[in-house]
Amino acid sequence: MDEAFFAATLASTVRMATPLIFCALAGLLSERSGVVDIALEGKMLFAAFAAGAVGAATGSTALAMLAAIGVAVALAWLHGLACVSHAGDQVVSGLAINIIAVGMTVVLGVAWFAQGGQTPALDNAVRLQALLPPNSALLRLPVLGEMLLSHGILVYLAYALVPGVWWLVFRTRFGLRLRAVGENPHMVEAAGVSVQRLRYTALTLGGVLCGLAGSYLVLSQTANFSQNMTAGRGFMALAALIFGRWRPFGALGACLLFGLLDALAIRLQGVALPGIGEVSVQLMQALPYAMTVLLLAGFIGKSSAPAALGKPYRKER
Amino acid sequence: MNSDATLPRWADLFLLPLVCLATALLVAAGVVALVGQDPWDVLLALIAGAFGTARGLSYTLYYTTTFVFTGLSVAVALHGGLFNIGTEGQATLGGLGIALVGLWLGPVLPAAVMLPLLVVGGAVFGMVWAAVPGYLQAYRGSHVVITTIMFNFIASSLLTYLLVNVMRAKGGMAMESASLAASARLPSATAMLAWFGIEWPESPLNASLLLAVLAVLMVYFFLWRTRAGYRLRAVGSSATAAEYAGIPARRQVMLAMALSGALAGMVGMNEVSGVSGKLVLEFVGGAGFTGIAVALMGRNHPFGIVLAAVLFGALFQGGTEVAFDVPGFTRDMVVMLQGLIVLFSGAMTYVIAPVLARSLLLLRRLFVRLGGGLRHG
Repeated sequence: MDEAFFAATLASTVRMATPLIFCALAGLLSERSGVVDIALEGKMLFAAFAAGAVGAATGSTALAMLAAIGVAVALAWLHGLACVSHAGDQVVSGLAINIIAVGMTVVLGVAWFAQGGQTPALDNAVRLQALLPPNSALLRLPVLGEMLLSHGILVYLAYALVPGVWWLVFRTRFGLRLRAVGENPHMVEAAGVSVQRLRYTALTLGGVLCGLAGSYLVLSQTANFSQNMTAGRGFMALAALIFGRWRPFGALGACLLFGLLDALAIRLQGVALPGIGEVSVQLMQALPYAMTVLLLAGFIGKSSAPAALGKPYRKER
Repeated sequence: MNSDATLPRWADLFLLPLVCLATALLVAAGVVALVGQDPWDVLLALIAGAFGTARGLSYTLYYTTTFVFTGLSVAVALHGGLFNIGTEGQATLGGLGIALVGLWLGPVLPAAVMLPLLVVGGAVFGMVWAAVPGYLQAYRGSHVVITTIMFNFIASSLLTYLLVNVMRAKGGMAMESASLAASARLPSATAMLAWFGIEWPESPLNASLLLAVLAVLMVYFFLWRTRAGYRLRAVGSSATAAEYAGIPARRQVMLAMALSGALAGMVGMNEVSGVSGKLVLEFVGGAGFTGIAVALMGRNHPFGIVLAAVLFGALFQGGTEVAFDVPGFTRDMVVMLQGLIVLFSGAMTYVIAPVLARSLLLLRRLFVRLGGGLRHG
């Protein structure tokens, strides 16, 4: 419990929150347009696999990221084909994508790399490095140095995208239409704007963000893809989105909170806190979900979804 | 889609599910071919592994038992208009209830009292875990899909916590509870067949299969032969219409979730009381999600669910066998196929149905023209 502990915990929080932020923003765009997105997990997982596989095969960071984004966007379009072009159930479609991702990434991984579903470890040259060298004097700034300055480019991109998405959704014409289509698609159609095109755009942008989340996991946080490596983070991002009341900065706060719990759960394992005793890791892991349920139930504030969320829209003729 | 091409009833009931399944199998076959295996060989090995031997068949039926429970669980909730994604967590809690009752009373009570008590324990624990999201949906307006997802994670953390800190067997290193007393164990199929003088190889198959059959009949009877079941289905097809008919939707939501949770809890009878005789980590192992695929394939009908559960049981058992025989094949192939089946028979039916309807129409016109041609010629 000293300064180094706090500095390391805070830096770890910032990193843990990064994939959550990418996914929560992806979910925000999709759900604000009225399309339920429980496939964040599957898109991130498949994107991580694509980054790991293409990175290992080509040794190119750019190609790895492009592949990750491409795969996530393709899955988003599959979701769109089933639920935007046709009136398929959005929850079922999302679930299918999640299950396919868990199975297919391992099938392809085993076939291509024969390492039990993992991809080979990437060279440091392929991975995204921290912007500052590890011996930089700036990192030794008290407490905040490591927290703010020790990360790679994708971490900063994630945080920069929060105001970016806020501006897009709340300050542009596209954002106004996006929010309208999530509340009342008939009105948007009556105004002569295509509901389908708006929803596909939202899904595509969400796919790009999930691709970045998957890239981050493989190119920055670890060095390879491993079976089911997202481990529920996509669902935690969904919880963060709801906890943040479908707003970018709210979601950011929730992601940081959940990231902090995640960082603490690892660090406090077996540590007795003064006055409280040992805090169970499982309690810390369950807390984000429990808090989200309480919020949804209206026991701590209120969180309500876009009105048209999950309802298939049939174009009037 | 277009009203000029609708499916006749027989096609909607039988042809469409088969076409959806075939599409999923075709895509999976494509992936199998892509990774350098012969899909046909894999399929034959899979069928042989699932049905070829008495042992294989027993394993298939053992998986089927669990999938019948989870499939029925999802289907009952869907009949009430609710998408219960929480079967996984409810099954976890059901197993916990069964283990607690078994560990507590197993040493003192005989099997004749103990086994019904275990069923009650599993049902009540599963029911309570499902009733909370049900209550939140009915009375607090929070969506059951989201809350059940959250409850799955909470259930998984709870089980880990209990097995690490509270229920771990004394002196044991593995994360599992102490073993249940003999009176709290369902007899294995091998033992039961031996009563009749039939020799049967050892397998995890146990008396919970009979419980599953009973559950299928009871769910069928409840949904289509009782007033309560009618009310539940009425709310499921239109909550507002049901409200006008004097059926309070909220109570039906609670009922649907409670029944769904109780059915999910029966997974523990198979896994905890039947197979392992103790509570182990992750004993549900994704069966709750397979239940969603089973319910979709079986079109929410108990008898359809039996067929779909056998299909998935065969896939899981056959997949394990193929993984032994064919190098490079893993059971994840079956997980992928499961996802594809959910995709094509769940989400993409609206994409497939109009195509199928148009093809049928074309076929019919072709036949009429051919028939006409023959008469004129």
